[in-house]
Amino acid sequence: MSEVTVSRPPVRGGVGESVQRPDGIPKVTGRFEFLGDMHAEGMLWGATRRAWVPHARIERIDTTPALALPGVHAVLTQDDVPGHRYQGQALTDQPVLAEERVRYWGEAVAVVAADDPETARRAAEAVVVELEELEPLTDLELARDRGEVFRHIPVRRGDPDAHGEVVVEGTYVTATQDPAALGTEAGLAIPDGQGGVDLWGPTQWTHVDLTQLAACLALDPGQVRVQPCRIGGAFGSREDLSLQTHIAMLALRLDRPVKMVYDRTESFVGHVKRHAGLMHYRHEADRDGHLVRVDAQILLDGGPYQLTSQAVIANSTFFAVGPYRCDNVFVDGYALRTNNPPSGAMRGFGANQPCFAAEAQMDRLADELGLDPIELRLRNAITQGDRLATTGQLIEHPLPTDEVIRSVTAIPLPEPEDDDEPLHLPGGTGLTTPRDRVVRGIGYAVGLKNLEFSEGFDDFAEARVELTADGAVVHTAAIEVGQGMVTVIAQVVRSVLGMSRVEVAFDHTGQIGSAGSTSASRQTQMAGNAALEAATVVRDKALEAGGGDHLDDAGVWRGDTLVTSLAALTADGPIDHHVRYRHRPTDEPDADGQGELHVDFCVAAHRAVVDVDPDLGLVRVVEIAIGQDVGRAINPQQVHGQIEGGIAQGMGHAVMEEVVLDHGVIRNASFTDYLLPTTLDAPTVEAALVEQPSPWGPFGAKGMAELPTMSATPAVVAAIRAATSLPLTRAPVHPEDIVTGPHDAPE
Amino acid sequence: MQIERPRDLDELLAGLDSHPEATLLAGGTDLMVDVNLSHHRPETVVALRRVDDLATWDDGFIGAGVTYARMEAGPHPALAQLARTVGSPQIRATGTIGGNLGTASPAGDTLPFLAAVDAEVVVASRGDRRRLRWEDFLLGPKHTALRPGEVIVGVQLPERLPQRQAFAKIGVRQAMVIATVNCCVVRDEDGKTRIALGAVGPTVVRTPAAEELVSSQQQVSATMLDEFQRLVSDDVTPITDHRATERYRRHAAGVLARRTLERCLPR
Amino acid sequence: MIVTLEVNGERRTAEVAGWESLLWVLRERLGLTGAKDACQQGECGSCSVIFDGQLVCACLVMAADAEGAQVTTVEGLADATDLHPVQRAYVDEGAVQCGYCTPGLVVATAHLLTEHPDATPDEVREALAGNLCRCTGYGSVLRAVAAAQGASDPAGADREA
Ligand SMILES: Cc1cc2nc3c(=O)[nH]c(=O)nc-3n(C[C@H](O)[C@H](O)[C@H](O)COP(=O)(O)OP(=O)(O)OC[C@H]3O[C@@H](n4cnc5c(N)ncnc54)[C@H](O)[C@@H]3O)c2cc1C
Ligand code: FES
Ligand code: FES
Repeated sequence: MSEVTVSRPPVRGGVGESVQRPDGIPKVTGRFEFLGDMHAEGMLWGATRRAWVPHARIERIDTTPALALPGVHAVLTQDDVPGHRYQGQALTDQPVLAEERVRYWGEAVAVVAADDPETARRAAEAVVVELEELEPLTDLELARDRGEVFRHIPVRRGDPDAHGEVVVEGTYVTATQDPAALGTEAGLAIPDGQGGVDLWGPTQWTHVDLTQLAACLALDPGQVRVQPCRIGGAFGSREDLSLQTHIAMLALRLDRPVKMVYDRTESFVGHVKRHAGLMHYRHEADRDGHLVRVDAQILLDGGPYQLTSQAVIANSTFFAVGPYRCDNVFVDGYALRTNNPPSGAMRGFGANQPCFAAEAQMDRLADELGLDPIELRLRNAITQGDRLATTGQLIEHPLPTDEVIRSVTAIPLPEPEDDDEPLHLPGGTGLTTPRDRVVRGIGYAVGLKNLEFSEGFDDFAEARVELTADGAVVHTAAIEVGQGMVTVIAQVVRSVLGMSRVEVAFDHTGQIGSAGSTSASRQTQMAGNAALEAATVVRDKALEAGGGDHLDDAGVWRGDTLVTSLAALTADGPIDHHVRYRHRPTDEPDADGQGELHVDFCVAAHRAVVDVDPDLGLVRVVEIAIGQDVGRAINPQQVHGQIEGGIAQGMGHAVMEEVVLDHGVIRNASFTDYLLPTTLDAPTVEAALVEQPSPWGPFGAKGMAELPTMSATPAVVAAIRAATSLPLTRAPVHPEDIVTGPHDAPE
Repeated sequence: MQIERPRDLDELLAGLDSHPEATLLAGGTDLMVDVNLSHHRPETVVALRRVDDLATWDDGFIGAGVTYARMEAGPHPALAQLARTVGSPQIRATGTIGGNLGTASPAGDTLPFLAAVDAEVVVASRGDRRRLRWEDFLLGPKHTALRPGEVIVGVQLPERLPQRQAFAKIGVRQAMVIATVNCCVVRDEDGKTRIALGAVGPTVVRTPAAEELVSSQQQVSATMLDEFQRLVSDDVTPITDHRATERYRRHAAGVLARRTLERCLPR
Repeated sequence: MIVTLEVNGERRTAEVAGWESLLWVLRERLGLTGAKDACQQGECGSCSVIFDGQLVCACLVMAADAEGAQVTTVEGLADATDLHPVQRAYVDEGAVQCGYCTPGLVVATAHLLTEHPDATPDEVREALAGNLCRCTGYGSVLRAVAAAQGASDPAGADREA
């Protein structure tokens, strides 16, 4: 596809330009209507009754006291689900509302609809829920031993008897991270009066919601229109259903619109999180630092329902070694069932946890060998022509591991600081730390990840391009969550058509087929390619009909002559074309986890510079530099925006972001205690983009927004290790880990 | 819900007299979180922000309605330092010293200052006015000596405050964070030193043994600082919670106390 | 109870439950959904408005206590034809992704630049520490503030391609 030629002269707003978002002005003026801002005539408000225990048997639910309150219209429980009673993307194992048991803290037990939110909340409280508490299963090794396994993936590659002279071994933990998108879950369901419903809810893939919703509501898919929504961020947390089924059930039961909005605490239990990981690694290398063998066991905490855990653990397993060559690899990845909060997708999708562990191992190995950590990585860096260490897949296309590492090291280091401005010191405004107590550390990490869905999944994206007298419109069901796909698609189509008047229309599920998920770094390539193919056909049709050789906003041209205006060209109706784009097929893994499982790959290297106060364990992340493989930057400003935002999330998970779990109970379900980086915490970012066009992306582009998060976490922790000489095997690093030992360490 | 919005102290006290159980509302930065997230639904509210008398700041008397924004720009270095650490500019624009006392959180940031300077809390009800030493006012976590019908009018600082005073606070963010440990030290010209710490006990604490050690000394040696640090660590009674472990708080209290003291010593 | 206040220069009256927040009243009673609700606990700043000349979190203002106040929301920044310079700068610098934090940040920035037009990059960072953004990592936000100040890049937040 990349051989499509860009029409001349370069079109305004095309590929390579930092085009502004069409929704920028509505967003800065407050006019942009987010889910929570929506309103429908005569709407009721929904609220959810939750059980605040991690594991219990439900003895009795009595809705009558709630129903007796004035202003309450309906109270529904699992018994009221009209159709299939379970949801989930792959395995439908999550009851719409708790059934027989409560399996995680905050699980929804009943939903109510009332005239106003206050009444709805009181009614939810009034539902009687009698529980017999049970022991929660929250320990990963115990879960594995008890066989509470969603999926186990073995990787057996190479010679089991191969060994290296130099061995490093370690156990690593990554805590649960919350995506913490700023917009909480909100939704509106409007019955259509004919038994169907229109639904606006937090989503990253309307068609996968549709399948689940139609089944649960016992409706034909055509009767449910899942609308493209306007949400305040996602990062994976909208891949699974939250309140959609609940409000649709209420709306259909009452034949009235129902709106629901989660508050921040509910949001913490209402969306999926990044899996906590427990990883044991053993790396073996020869004296020159070439990896000879890697053994790993990776345990991920899936929470009680499968959701996307089977795919998340696949990423953990297949990217267990990172961007390095190694011929003998033995990995066991387990996604486990527990009574911790449900885990699912979050930026990096399972590749982050092993990246944290494996990169720490690389540093240990470098240490053991007396090699520079950069040198060790360069010696093992995977590139085109190599095989992926885990699956044995041949890397057929550009993979600039070496280049991203070299480009990040080429960025000059920040100057040492010697001032006393507290904002430049660990502890910030708290005035905790004099300059002479500060130790600087520098750390590196490199990340590798797949693009698109893998393992034989039939992954496709539809798009329709329509050319009228007013220009072109690209129709797609792809979801814009803030990441900027809206501009990317338009830019691709502009460059293909040679026209600047291109808009993107986000269609609901009744108007166009699936675009697949806004996840897995896939939409730039998937929705982008679908739009590119459709636009190419539209352009060719237009040129043929007009008898010209190129197109622009005026019409069809032959050389310097305008032969047909757009209006004349489309007088008999729009020229349009619909495409269902599929990426190249991939294999399912064989019994040893081998095969051509992935479409394409992407790498990034981070360098973190931190200042640490070793006596108090406080850390200031000074700067993060990144060398990133982007294929081709379609919109450089947005690429930088994704890099900076992704890095802030990755660094947050290195030093502050942790869902604190105590036997299944979240102890910090609020923004007072689940801390996100502020303007004063976010580091300065320096980025170098490596552009080696991918054959799979439009104009050579790669999806790129996950890697900035992935290897930022291990790079920051590596920098703290460098400053403190401590092993620090857990993310995030808390002050106590630096000065007194962690929570569970013996006194 | 019923609300009164008095404009002066008399009106306020009269209102409180008729509604002794009313909920007092100052900047709302604690109260509204309770209302929004814990669904606290007060029946009667008396709003304080229009009461000019509460907003006075007269040398040693700081009205209950004085906001962090004003403290940041005020004459007492430690008070200004602590005010800068409280929440965000939005919080500092409205949050008040009276509200911090009213909430009496073990981590409240004004409290170490008030304890270190031996401030008195001035409370009034219709026809009555009491001055309570800080430790007689702060009785425990979120528990004060305030009686129904009473309002905090302000705090009275001692006549002369040493300029050698410093505040420090540990949190894992560079700003916008509740203290894991906070600390205030004041030191007179003659060496008399007072230190108070928060978030390391049920309420703000002083550590008399550590104070005594350094109070008699004009010159404080490194060994003495070590000992000072150890005494503070020994004297505090922190707990483990989701923010930090007992062990870390104990250690950090010592380090922080020492460093804060160092800032009060001549260089 | 009835509360009367001036919002964006207009006198507005609303029937409210007294304990409701100003944020709720703006959004649900007065139809001004520009200010966002992301935490209701003063931690995120999405609900920032200017209240009697001060930048506050509207979620922490009790509606009943807002009687008589003058409030400016994000809807009141731009005039009918032109964006406020801060709004323009946010769009130009790509400081808007999902946009949920944007109204609060734009109001906070506008307030800062009124009070403190020459704020240094450090002062800007400190002044905006109460406005969380989960998408941008703040680099573009700081560039937008600098652009609105008419200056070039803030310290270190420059980028290279
Ligand atoms: C985002 C955020 C960050 C915060 N950060 C910090 C921080 O860093 N450090 C810190 O210490 N606190 C912090 N707080 C808590 C809060 O801001 C402070 O405790 C503040 O001082 C409360 O003052 P207020 O005027 O807003 O009190 P309000 O919320 O109005 O009142 C608090 C309590 O005190 C009572 N009260 C108020 N005034 C009086 C009076 N005059 N007489 C008797 N009782 C009274 C009220 O009835 C209520 O019980 C934070 C809060 C938020 C929302
Ligand atoms: S909603 Fe008001 S600060 Fe978050
Ligand atoms: S742009 Fe999404 S939270 Fe800031």
